[in-house]
Amino acid sequence: MSSIESTSPGGAAVLVRPATPEPPPPEIVSERARIDESCAVPCLVWFASSLFWLLVATVFGLVASLKLHIPGMHAEQAWLTFGRIRPVHLNLVAYGWGAMAAIGVMLWLMARLSRVPLRWPAALVFAAGFWNLGLLLGTIAILAGDSQGIEWLEFPTYVAFLLFVGFAITAVWALMTFAQRRVEHVYVSQWYMFGALFWFPWLYATVQVLLLLVPVKGVPQAAINWWFGHNVLGLWFTPIGLATAYYLIPKVIGRPIYSYYLSIMGFWTLAAFYNWAGIHHLISGPVPAWLVTVSTVGSMMMIIPVATVAVNHHMTMRGSFHLLRYSPTLRFVVFGSMAYTIVSLQGAFMALRVYNEPFHFTHHTIGHAHLGVYAFFTMIMFGAIYYIVPRLTGREWASSRLIKIHFWTTAVGITLMFLVLSIGGMIQGFEMNQASASLGSLMDEHGFFGGVYEFFGGFEVQNGAVPFLDIVAGTIPWLVLRSLTGVLILVGHVAFVILVVRNVHAWGKQRRGGPTLFHELPATATPALATTTATTTQTPAGGEERA
Amino acid sequence: MNYASWLFLGVFLTFAASWVALVFIPNEQLKGLQSQRDEITGELHPAPFSGEEERGMRVYVANGCVYCHSQQVRGGDWNADLERGWGSRRSHPKDYIYDVPQQLGTMRTGPDLSNIGVRQPSAEWHYRHLYDPEITSPGSNMPPHPFLFEKRKITGARAPDALKLEGEWAVEQGWEVVPKPGARDLVKYLQRLDQSYEIED
Repeated sequence: MSSIESTSPGGAAVLVRPATPEPPPPEIVSERARIDESCAVPCLVWFASSLFWLLVATVFGLVASLKLHIPGMHAEQAWLTFGRIRPVHLNLVAYGWGAMAAIGVMLWLMARLSRVPLRWPAALVFAAGFWNLGLLLGTIAILAGDSQGIEWLEFPTYVAFLLFVGFAITAVWALMTFAQRRVEHVYVSQWYMFGALFWFPWLYATVQVLLLLVPVKGVPQAAINWWFGHNVLGLWFTPIGLATAYYLIPKVIGRPIYSYYLSIMGFWTLAAFYNWAGIHHLISGPVPAWLVTVSTVGSMMMIIPVATVAVNHHMTMRGSFHLLRYSPTLRFVVFGSMAYTIVSLQGAFMALRVYNEPFHFTHHTIGHAHLGVYAFFTMIMFGAIYYIVPRLTGREWASSRLIKIHFWTTAVGITLMFLVLSIGGMIQGFEMNQASASLGSLMDEHGFFGGVYEFFGGFEVQNGAVPFLDIVAGTIPWLVLRSLTGVLILVGHVAFVILVVRNVHAWGKQRRGGPTLFHELPATATPALATTTATTTQTPAGGEERA
Repeated sequence: MNYASWLFLGVFLTFAASWVALVFIPNEQLKGLQSQRDEITGELHPAPFSGEEERGMRVYVANGCVYCHSQQVRGGDWNADLERGWGSRRSHPKDYIYDVPQQLGTMRTGPDLSNIGVRQPSAEWHYRHLYDPEITSPGSNMPPHPFLFEKRKITGARAPDALKLEGEWAVEQGWEVVPKPGARDLVKYLQRLDQSYEIED
């Protein structure tokens, strides 16, 4: 069984023999209890903060979305103008929800995988304080009109400083935990987290210095801007998301990762290629052509790590897909992993000139961004929080129905949002660059199908014939639909926050017994599934030793 | 070397490669660009920012115009930037040497503004458009910016740059809508956006 041991998260400690589910030895149980106890306060503080900012960011996103089709709404309020609330939405999603959830998950994963409790957890609460203060001041600054004016970096320098201090503390804590690890084997999740902890400060420091403190002049700013904007996704959110998926999928289904070698290849090809992407935001723009070309090559090379991870996760899941019916964690994480494959493959092709030039400056790109940050990263973080929080509080989730509401509103919401923005954005780009007349005018004239036929029939490679305001009019119905999908997602977030608040504060009726699943387990559960849950009832500490 | 050291070296070197190529080299390649002098008129292209233009750019940044308006006319074979009349030529790195922060943008909910100073030279047009885009561009989904303007009682003569508002936008007799200083600066900045000169290599 040695091969299984070496590829299971945490090494031999969590070895699961699918055929004979046995509870782990008592010393492992008490070790995990000690680790979870050390993580409880800091991780819950980071999670609670991330959820607060998630709600705020969702509301800002929804208002921004509404303003795209109701431009006169509260127009007299300068602080609510679209150009201010849109960057607030992005920054609070990225640095508020995304980064804080990622750090909470990372701290717990690092402690569990290293089999070491967190030392001095109070420092991590202190770091969260810095981070939250930074987000608050940054939000106020943008709303007050004190934005830096660079996408992804709108927060003023003093906010960047606060975030940097908060990050430095958590990074040092995670790395110290890693350095003290009691496991010889370094699991693939730890490589990804190690990389992310190293790449993010380098990225952030580079842009703070070269774009804001002593700014370089001219278009290199744009190249650096997009090197950062893309790498903060590729080298910070993506590795944390993948680290989490690599840990949780084998844990929940009780089987090891399919291939250790695919894991290695996936990590190193991501490290080698992802950091070259980003300049494709400037295709055919005022930058040297070689810069765009190397970036496009890097984007296409990303197919290798993406395909590698997809195959590895799929082969791990093979034979366990029926468990998606029961486990909330698994369902969120597998949804996110599948979205990762789709968004990355789409992203690779979006770097090609023939795809990029017509559609880059449209809502199509916004759809892609939401597929990445939400359908992939956010859904995996949801899954992780469902897995981790009961282990920190010792309480199971109070309501299976609320988890169902959360899953279906967000899964359906983000899928529809992606489709609406992608299709609407494609029509917008086609009208801006290739169509001879707007789809709307052609439909008025030729009916629905006739209009579509004429629309694509009027294709010219470079055609600026459609009046701009006709293009705008064509986007409005899609933007209205997008707002509706945003409402759906907001409902899901409210359900999730209610669940977390009830769990942390032990409000309302408490569930007893095993973990909260979508459906009752059948009596004839498969061996892997039995491993996932059967041991839970034996421990009072809230599902301590679910595999 | 132990495992962690190899890991560190690997993530360092892979990342350093793109840092050198995408951050360091472009700046080395382009940092020597300077504006050119028109031999007939003696004007500098591009010209350094005036104080008003500089302040106007800050208003542009503060209100997030970049989230809907790009400032780059692309070359390339698969887009219609030139066909739409957004510029007479492709944008060049030289056009941006004074732009800090750059506002090249990634979105065209509204049209590209690289040459808006050429397309719409009139300050009056910009004021009316900023006050409410529906006045000049019916069907636009750009937000109105009434907070850049002041409605006040006319004392003495009407202000020279008071907005000519008719129909549903008309204000009561004896009142006028005038641009605040921020709006004046912003329009100076917009009028500056002009890439119509020829690039000398």
